[in-house]
Amino acid sequence: MMEKMCRLIPGKVILMLTVIPFLTGYRLKTSTPEEVIASVRAKLDKVNDYEASGKMKTNVIFIKAPIAKVKVYFKKPNKLRINNESGISFIPKGSVNINLSNIFLNGTTSFDIIDVGNEAGTNLRIIKLLPKDENSDVVLSTLYIDESQSLIKKAKTTTKDNGTYELDMTYGKYAEYGLADKVIFSFNTKDYKLPKGITFDYDDGSKKEQDPNKLKNKKGKVEIVYSSYSINKGVSDTVFQ
Amino acid sequence: MWKLLQIELFKIFKRPRTYIAFGAIAAVVFLIQVALKFDGKSYIDLLMSNLKDSFDFNDDFKLDLLNGYLICFVILNTLLIQMPLLVALISGDSIAGEANMGTLRLSLTKPISRTQYMLVKFLASVIYTVALLIWMAVLALFGSMLIFGTNDMVVLRSEGIEQIQSFDVMWRYIAAFGYAAVALTTVSALSFLLSVFAENSIGPIIATMSIVIVFTILSEMNIPIYDQTVKPYLFTSHMVAWKGFFYVKADAEGTTINGSIENLPAIMRSLSILLIYIGLFFGSAVWVFRKKDILT
Repeated sequence: MMEKMCRLIPGKVILMLTVIPFLTGYRLKTSTPEEVIASVRAKLDKVNDYEASGKMKTNVIFIKAPIAKVKVYFKKPNKLRINNESGISFIPKGSVNINLSNIFLNGTTSFDIIDVGNEAGTNLRIIKLLPKDENSDVVLSTLYIDESQSLIKKAKTTTKDNGTYELDMTYGKYAEYGLADKVIFSFNTKDYKLPKGITFDYDDGSKKEQDPNKLKNKKGKVEIVYSSYSINKGVSDTVFQ
Repeated sequence: MWKLLQIELFKIFKRPRTYIAFGAIAAVVFLIQVALKFDGKSYIDLLMSNLKDSFDFNDDFKLDLLNGYLICFVILNTLLIQMPLLVALISGDSIAGEANMGTLRLSLTKPISRTQYMLVKFLASVIYTVALLIWMAVLALFGSMLIFGTNDMVVLRSEGIEQIQSFDVMWRYIAAFGYAAVALTTVSALSFLLSVFAENSIGPIIATMSIVIVFTILSEMNIPIYDQTVKPYLFTSHMVAWKGFFYVKADAEGTTINGSIENLPAIMRSLSILLIYIGLFFGSAVWVFRKKDILT
């Protein structure tokens, strides 16, 4: 009987059924969200401090700013400072969140973990973190995790007072520490307006074309492209004062 | 004519009241610098009040922002509105003062034409105006750079913020001061014209100031009926075009383009309008003076 069945199913089909799951990354046993978070955190925990050099681009609808050469300093648990080396930079509130370990600042037991599954197209694992503390400023964090590398590719943090922050990360040579080569930090901005009686603007007579999306577009973006990191070499506390 | 110009300049700079303007500028600049040195952070807090929810403004940021370039911009913003009075003090006195002292007829006995005489008088007023601006530049720009240091310059407009890198600022100030010289020369020309009609310098000075005040109010008011009909033709609307040198272009992502000016044609148009006004005022002054019976 078995012999008859084996003859009915060709050998190629058996081979495909065995190989395809490995090629597509499909695992018979899927990691639990707790395990995914733990592996991400373990990677981030390798970093006690760093000093990074990079270039920062500010994209806010009402600000015209040059690309700035910046130094970013981080020290555990949550000290972060962005210094413009040669000029002035408008640093958005909540920029401390560009350091991902800030998400797990109060430990993994301080939030409930909700597994949302995988994102269509990217196959990133979506995990939501709900803080248990009702007084926490953070209401919800949504992480988009590359499970195979244990890296957070995207994060959305909704706060009570300061709207929603979004982070988009691109990794390169510092991926083993969970440190991105490029970070895009999106944040909410409020309207900017100063009375003309203070600014005494020059009216050049040109009619400004009002962008219909201008008023709706309340998102600002800060993009930092890192050129180098100096990891776990020690950072003085005076930098953060 | 050169000799006559030297005499006119000697007369201007010999009078003690000439130095009132220099003293007034020094006092205002000094007071603003002291105020911003000791309480500049409060000033920045006021200006940035509607951004404080979106951005972090720590003390280092405020100190960096309060650099010599910004301080000079604040001073120019304040002083260039008051400076017409100081300019009118000399140019309004130019002809009327001579008439008042009874020396005008005597001056015209010299072997030069009335046009040359007027040209020399006006040139002397322009040199005084330029000297006043140089004095202001030394105190407001270089003085502030010395006291507050330099950094990127941030210009606050009613609907946006412009940030200019420090290496890209100085040429803008040179252009702005050059433009301001033309703007103040317009006021000087107006005062000079009024001076021809009077025999006492108080009249032209007060008349000039009244015209400047009324026109400035009209220029700054945002009433639609005036915006397209009256405002474009008032010289006071174009006097503030020096600020245009600090309005920069940006790319699609809001990154400042170094060395750019947002609307240079508009600045050139404003400059042309001021030059036309200067020609009109001075030409009218010469025309009236040539036909005038000089009785004093």
